[in-house]
Amino acid sequence: MSEFLQHLINMLVLGGTYALLGIGLTLIFGIMNVVNFTHGVLYTFGAYIMFIVVHQLGVNFFLALPLAVLAGWLLGATIELTLLRPLRGSDIDTTMLVMIGAWIAMQSGTLWIWGGVAKSVTTPFPEAPLVLGPVSVSWLRLFVLAAAGMLIVVTYLLINRTKLGCAMRATFQDQDTASLMGVNVDLIYTSTFAIGSSLAAAAGALLGPVYVIFPQMGDLAAVKAFAIVILGGLGNITGAVIGGFLLALAEELGAGYVSSGYRDAMGFLIIIAVLIFKPTGLFARSERVG
Amino acid sequence: MTLTFRSVSAIALAIAFLGGAAEAQTIKIGVNEPLTGAFAASGTYVVNGAKIAADEINAKGGILGKKIELVIEDNKSNPTEAAAVAEKLITSDKVPVLMGAWGSSLTLAVMPKLMEYETPMVVETSSSGKITTTGNPYIFRISPPSAIEAAAFKGIVDKLELKKVDFLVINNDWGRGTAEDFSKMMKEKGIAVGAVETMDQGAQDMSAQLSKLKGTDSETIIVTTAVDQLTLIFKQAAALGLKKRIITTGGSQNPDQIIAQAGAAANGTMHLTTFLPWFPDKTPNPEATNYFIAEWKKRGFDFAGCTESFRGYDGIRTVAAAIEKAGKAEPAAIKAALWDIKIKGLNGDIVFRKSGPVGKESGQSQPNVYLIEITDGKIGMKTL
Repeated sequence: MSEFLQHLINMLVLGGTYALLGIGLTLIFGIMNVVNFTHGVLYTFGAYIMFIVVHQLGVNFFLALPLAVLAGWLLGATIELTLLRPLRGSDIDTTMLVMIGAWIAMQSGTLWIWGGVAKSVTTPFPEAPLVLGPVSVSWLRLFVLAAAGMLIVVTYLLINRTKLGCAMRATFQDQDTASLMGVNVDLIYTSTFAIGSSLAAAAGALLGPVYVIFPQMGDLAAVKAFAIVILGGLGNITGAVIGGFLLALAEELGAGYVSSGYRDAMGFLIIIAVLIFKPTGLFARSERVG
Repeated sequence: MTLTFRSVSAIALAIAFLGGAAEAQTIKIGVNEPLTGAFAASGTYVVNGAKIAADEINAKGGILGKKIELVIEDNKSNPTEAAAVAEKLITSDKVPVLMGAWGSSLTLAVMPKLMEYETPMVVETSSSGKITTTGNPYIFRISPPSAIEAAAFKGIVDKLELKKVDFLVINNDWGRGTAEDFSKMMKEKGIAVGAVETMDQGAQDMSAQLSKLKGTDSETIIVTTAVDQLTLIFKQAAALGLKKRIITTGGSQNPDQIIAQAGAAANGTMHLTTFLPWFPDKTPNPEATNYFIAEWKKRGFDFAGCTESFRGYDGIRTVAAAIEKAGKAEPAAIKAALWDIKIKGLNGDIVFRKSGPVGKESGQSQPNVYLIEITDGKIGMKTL
């Protein structure tokens, strides 16, 4: 029983970060319809910014986090302005190929600058875990969960309760009509991509210190983010959050009770099942078509 | 513009010719190591150790009157890449001998290429038994296979009062091979073997496996993987309140890095290692060990890397000794000469004995294995 409780706690902590990865991508892949292969690199980028700011500039850990998010926002805006804007209106394959190119170029860039050897970031949290009866959890991970939860709520409110969010949704539903209503479509494209990117960087900045930081760390994260987005239904923020926790649950229980060798396969087995039985994702709204 | 392009290509051609001319003056040794991916830290250490050996040999005038030149390629911690890199080194760079490829799965992927091109390789790190037992006569291994590690460990299990052990191993030839060889030895000693958990080489979160191991009735966990994953395991085990004794195998632990990155979580852990940079006087070749460590520090490398980099140093010295003995830098002659060399390695004499099916034996040297324990952030030696 205590093992099961420990798995549940692990699931909560892991799920929060998966959800954060998922909502960033669902904005870009689900709402903007850009197959964003740079999501994983932005995750890596966020983690390296943490490393630079904390270890090379000597800035406080908590101050470094918003800086990493801001850096992700800027890089995202740059990618949109330089790569995606000239390609707007071209078909999805062209954009996809350009994004694959950007992914490879940026990953090689991180390798070139920082080398292949993993780096780690020290945190101000105590090493001794929080022990609650039979289960325990590290303070750092609790902080990550709380920060992820906060970012998820902020993003949800931004998309659903603000004028900017309303303009975003309008733009990607019908660009021409939105434009006629006075929405600055160019600005919306840039800010949506930048927000999605900053969420990826935030996930990297939060998880980098939990694990280790290396140039390819974003690859597995990106694959999982795509899985979560497909699981939750494209463009659905609530779906991405639930998808994140479901994937974490499948991995934890799969590794704990089936076989640890198939841990990463568990999530993908669920996705295959979802795609067969409910191809629009578990939580896609019925009115969403195309 | 056209002019610029022309002059650029002319320069490029000139450089190529010069390079070609310089080539004949050196003896090339192919180095096939993981410099990116899951084993980047370890592979980089090995390459840096190899460079120290090459510089030392060249400073003394090289071999056969020529300087040696390391042709270093990154196998990206990926078996497919490791095979491709071996092919490139042999066919395009024309190296007569290789050193590599760090991981067991990487080395196993390279082995068919060695047969195809009849080129020998000195294996410096890999520990899967399969490497020297499948009948590949081009393999000469200086690292201990996991069965030798298990045999060395056998002597101390009574003192450690092991009753039941679980395994957490990397899910590849190295990890699974270690679990097999150690389980066999444990069972012979009457020690029960519980759960055998695995993790992917790129996995960063082992909490699920560790939560499961926390709940079993074993008192010890044998862990096999490289340093990056090990530090994560120690941190995550501490976060889960897992208080069992952890013993690691494979010699790729870099204990100082574990202490630095995992802090208090490293205390009480034990590690089977193949080099003792902390106690140069207790190594089989103190003079060479002191030289190597001094050179390593002089180059500004992290001391933690010594336990890994010495393999690159010994590997290149082994290759160089064989080329010298062969009298020419040709694959068949080097292969024959590898059987006849005897050099003083940092971890004991390097002498190859026959291993594997008759007629196509691989070479296996018998290095020493040590057990160390981390107490209060300090490394102490245990007698095996």
